[in-house]
Amino acid sequence: MLIRLLRTFLRPYVGLLLAVVVLQLVGTMASLYLPSLNADIIDNGVLKGDTSYILHTGAWMLAVSFLQIVCAITAVYFGAKAAMSFGRDVRGSVFKRVGEFSAREVAQFGAPSLITRNTNDVQQVQMLVVMSCTMLVAAPITCIGGIIMALRQDVGLSWLMVVAVPLLAVSVGLIVSRMVPGFRSMQKRIDEVNRVLREQISGIRVVRAFVRERRETERFGDANAAVTRSALHVGRLMILIFPVVMLIMNGSSVAVLWFGGHRVASGQMQVGALTAFLSYLVMILMSVMMATFVAMMVPRASVCADRIAEVLDTESSVRPPDEPVTAVSGRGNLELRNVVFSYPGAESAVLKDISLQVRPGQTTAIIGSTGAGKTTLVSLIPRLVDVTGGELLVDGVDVRRLDPELLWRRIGLVPQRPYLFGGTVASNLRYGNPDATDDQLWQALEIAQARGFVEAMPAGLGGAIAQGGTNVSGGQRQRLCIARALVAQPEIYLFDDSFSALDLATDARLRAALKPHTADAAVVIVAQRVSTITDADQIIVLEDGEIVGRGTHEDLLLTCPTYAEIVESQITAEEAA
Amino acid sequence: MSEREPSATDETPSKTPQRLPEAGRPGGTGRAPWMNLAMPVEKSMNFGPSARRLLRRLRPERGRVMLVALLAVVSVSLSVLGPKILGHATDIIFSGVIGSRLPAGVTAQDAAAQARLSGHGNLADMIEHMNVVPGQGVDFTALGHVLMIVLALYVAASLFSWGQGYLLTGAVQNTVYRLRSDVEDKLNRLPLEYFDRQSRGETLSRVTNDIDNIQTSLQQTMSQLLTSLLTIVGVVAMMFWISPLLSLIALVTIPLSILVTRQIAKRSQKLFIAQWTHTGALNAQIEEAFTGHDLVKVFGRHKEVEQSFGDKNDELFEASFGAQFVSGIIMPAMMFIGNLNYVAIAVVGGLRVASGTMSLGDVQAFIQYSRQFTQPLTQVASMANLLQSGVASAERVFELLDADEQVPDVADPVRVSEPHGRVEFEHVSFSYDPAKPLITDLSLVADPGHTVAIVGPTGAGKTTLVNLIMRFYELDGGRITLDGVDISKMTRHDLRAEIGMVLQDTWLFGGTIRDNIAYGRPEASEAEILEAAEATYVDRFVRSLPDGYDTVIDEEGSNVSAGEKQLLTIARAFLSDPSLLILDEATSSVDTRTEILVQRAMAALRIDRTSFVIAHRLSTVRDADLILVMEAGSIVEQGSHEELLAAEGAYYRLYSAQFRGAVVDVDEESAFAVSAPAGSPPG
Repeated sequence: MLIRLLRTFLRPYVGLLLAVVVLQLVGTMASLYLPSLNADIIDNGVLKGDTSYILHTGAWMLAVSFLQIVCAITAVYFGAKAAMSFGRDVRGSVFKRVGEFSAREVAQFGAPSLITRNTNDVQQVQMLVVMSCTMLVAAPITCIGGIIMALRQDVGLSWLMVVAVPLLAVSVGLIVSRMVPGFRSMQKRIDEVNRVLREQISGIRVVRAFVRERRETERFGDANAAVTRSALHVGRLMILIFPVVMLIMNGSSVAVLWFGGHRVASGQMQVGALTAFLSYLVMILMSVMMATFVAMMVPRASVCADRIAEVLDTESSVRPPDEPVTAVSGRGNLELRNVVFSYPGAESAVLKDISLQVRPGQTTAIIGSTGAGKTTLVSLIPRLVDVTGGELLVDGVDVRRLDPELLWRRIGLVPQRPYLFGGTVASNLRYGNPDATDDQLWQALEIAQARGFVEAMPAGLGGAIAQGGTNVSGGQRQRLCIARALVAQPEIYLFDDSFSALDLATDARLRAALKPHTADAAVVIVAQRVSTITDADQIIVLEDGEIVGRGTHEDLLLTCPTYAEIVESQITAEEAA
Repeated sequence: MSEREPSATDETPSKTPQRLPEAGRPGGTGRAPWMNLAMPVEKSMNFGPSARRLLRRLRPERGRVMLVALLAVVSVSLSVLGPKILGHATDIIFSGVIGSRLPAGVTAQDAAAQARLSGHGNLADMIEHMNVVPGQGVDFTALGHVLMIVLALYVAASLFSWGQGYLLTGAVQNTVYRLRSDVEDKLNRLPLEYFDRQSRGETLSRVTNDIDNIQTSLQQTMSQLLTSLLTIVGVVAMMFWISPLLSLIALVTIPLSILVTRQIAKRSQKLFIAQWTHTGALNAQIEEAFTGHDLVKVFGRHKEVEQSFGDKNDELFEASFGAQFVSGIIMPAMMFIGNLNYVAIAVVGGLRVASGTMSLGDVQAFIQYSRQFTQPLTQVASMANLLQSGVASAERVFELLDADEQVPDVADPVRVSEPHGRVEFEHVSFSYDPAKPLITDLSLVADPGHTVAIVGPTGAGKTTLVNLIMRFYELDGGRITLDGVDISKMTRHDLRAEIGMVLQDTWLFGGTIRDNIAYGRPEASEAEILEAAEATYVDRFVRSLPDGYDTVIDEEGSNVSAGEKQLLTIARAFLSDPSLLILDEATSSVDTRTEILVQRAMAALRIDRTSFVIAHRLSTVRDADLILVMEAGSIVEQGSHEELLAAEGAYYRLYSAQFRGAVVDVDEESAFAVSAPAGSPPG
């Protein structure tokens, strides 16, 4: 998955990556050349006492250093560009794909998980690309180049590298690969500690009321001890790296001098070459170490890549029609014919064989206990999810054949969980109808019983709304969501439990004001509260995905025991009214 | 109706104060030291005192820490000596090479004189200053001897370095362990006011993120800072010992490298802040688009959202590209300076060897030293940054540890031997904020077994009343007695053990349903748990769950519905079998049929217990033995339903306004300062 992701999204930047490789190659060769020149200084300058040669070569070394830094910085430039472009493109693709998802896929992944995949996960993979461009590319070049240069100095000592390089790679690899699961389990335990603390703080009243402080402390103590054990384990592995690396490097230097000494004595090698060989060995070993570290990022990044690919590979279950119907006649006739909806692999269907009709100018109410399928039923209409059986017609056309834009333009949705977007009151109200005038906004607010508090806001329509609408109360949020749907002037209104946060008086006033406004529209109301729907044209009682009652309030009281039970539960508080 | 006291916290953890985000930092093994340097850091307010206090927390480990310092000194000294001795080995080889070229039998002086005569003045200088025996090749006995010493040195240095790290890790982890325990302990002693004042997210961030950060920075800085500093000192000393002239050349690069890294770091830090700002903006946009996914679609805003995402994505690309590029320059720049240094030493050193004022081995050692010396410099600079952020975190944790604690329990607490549940308020006064008196001169009596219904508009002080019974807050005046005993003379433990509480905030902890029911009585038997579950209608729905009583409630509690959670909290109170009950009837977002069960469960719970009910249901209010009508913190009326209705006072008004319906507006009236007065009923 990681490879595929990299291949797909790095393809446009092959040129940049190639430039990085070439520049790293030149830069690395330049830095590898320096010890060679230094060897020349010793062998040809120092040994022969040639001062001008020393100065001359010194000037060369300076020039090579300049070349090296120019290459290195340009490589960083191109590398950063490629990596960041990669990140941008992956982010864009994931975002676009999620935009195509239906509510079903969003629910399947969960919005928070999708957010993480689109942000954190992309960042992790991007980080790997950055590191690869700077270190992973340079490491093998340094390693191979260093070996070649060292061999040029002396072939007889090369066996030392054959020993030292794998030794270092294996030792560091062994330590780090044991650290990776260690880090993972430590993170898990840190999360556990944080979870316990979070519970303690958010549940502090309950903890104190039930006198559980001591037990909570014990619970925390266990978590704390576990995280400390984990951290010790990882920490003690981590501190192994430095001494081991130093020992191998220094040990190799000693070996070079011992075996090199013999070769120098027998005239097979020059003294300067010995010094250069020493430098190369250190450079090679350093690059091996760096590469090992970067390589350790791969498992983590590949988990992230899997999670990203999973999103990109998921097809939306709601696909726009190939040949959309772009015009319909009618004003919002809604018909469900033997509609079935079930999640793939689920034992029982969420909705079973639902048939009903909603006509313009009529109000249809849906009532039933949690999990009865009310919200799913409402989601079918704007194709947030698609039916898995039967069909859903708007003005005689199956919604799956209708142009989505056309479908959505005709629908005004007020969701169960009132959600507002960051911006102003006005920008939220105009969400479905950007051209609405201020007068239209005020009118909608008036109907939604929201005029009073919006007027009381210092900035009025310009009042700031935080993301999600967290800076207004639940009831206010709900009323703004209703106003937003009104401004869009749709033909079909879907109110999904949209009056729950309103007190009865407001609820009644709102519905009274709504009536003339929606006189020509088809209205579907999902409700918990019987009083909200007593005057609906038809009431559908849902239970376990099936319609168990259908009719007016009066009819149902007599014919539908489930309905009567619901009414009974609420009358206890209402009878006095 | 969701009543929250004005001070109650409602913040979600995501509302933590502006912190530098951790995301984007390469975690764990991948992080190179210069990255710390390139990133901006949060400065502490009071670096000196806070840093000292953090160090003082290491005091219990001082034996270990001292040993660590000792080991560090030994290890660094040994490894610093290495190159010098290794240079000696090079000299032995070099002398051997020169010596083997000279005819045997002559002295070194003669050979030098001869070389000078033949015009090789430089060679002559070298020979004079070297330990050359003409005619003799490399002295392998001496070489082997020297190399054995070096090897032993390196092995010892590595061993000591490992030992040092091992001990230090223990010391740091123990310290962090103690810090965590202290903080958790402190949480239990903090008064509830603290949690009201501080947002939940802020407190959480202190006890989690900040402590994690302290752990990271302590672990990294303690070991590396010490070794790096010692290495710098040792290396500089060795360099001066070998050649003061070359040392001066090498030292010139210090201010140069500091200047360069500073300049780059300054720019890159700005760019990183820009990158993080843009990351935040983009993440917010993603969050909004995904959370409001349905709305974006149905309101036909898909294209606009994608467009605006595209723009933000491009901005982030620009910013992060800049940050990555500029911070990426640091390493090449440092390498370049190192190379300059290398060239200078190679040339000057070469000239000095040629002139015989320095040995080749010394030059080689010097090159090694100068390479060893730039690395710890960068490291110290980056450690300084890391330390800054660690101390800033420590400061916040210390602030929490220093916060005022709740009044300790009295030394000789009184116990209620046979609880009946008679509660009396005698002239109680209380306020969250001294400037705004809330409850003044409140007196009331709740007889054993009676139900007291508390009604009143939002913000009237209903929750405050029950908070005072629980002794979550201390009174400003008057007293509350339980069966005649002043509750402030009891231990909180004894008092709260007598009280069962069902709040509308249905807090459950991440454990099994069984553990959650047994929360107040962990020693309860299985039969007792089942009994409580059956009495409170929990049993039915638990049995329908695949894992039954072993179902683990996850953090969001999303596998049980709001109504079921409510039932669980009732079962929890039922099992703890208190003599006094505090109930908060919450009705919002519970579906109608579960609602019936909740009502029945609460009724079952109330039997034979004195109950204070924050009532929203007419039936509860009507059946109560005593109704307290609260307005603006005081009880304006007390009496039975009939009495109060007949009086046509506040209760009558409230009754006609509120109890016409089952559910009351949840508006918390907290979002905007200007809103309808809480007390005035809409009808």
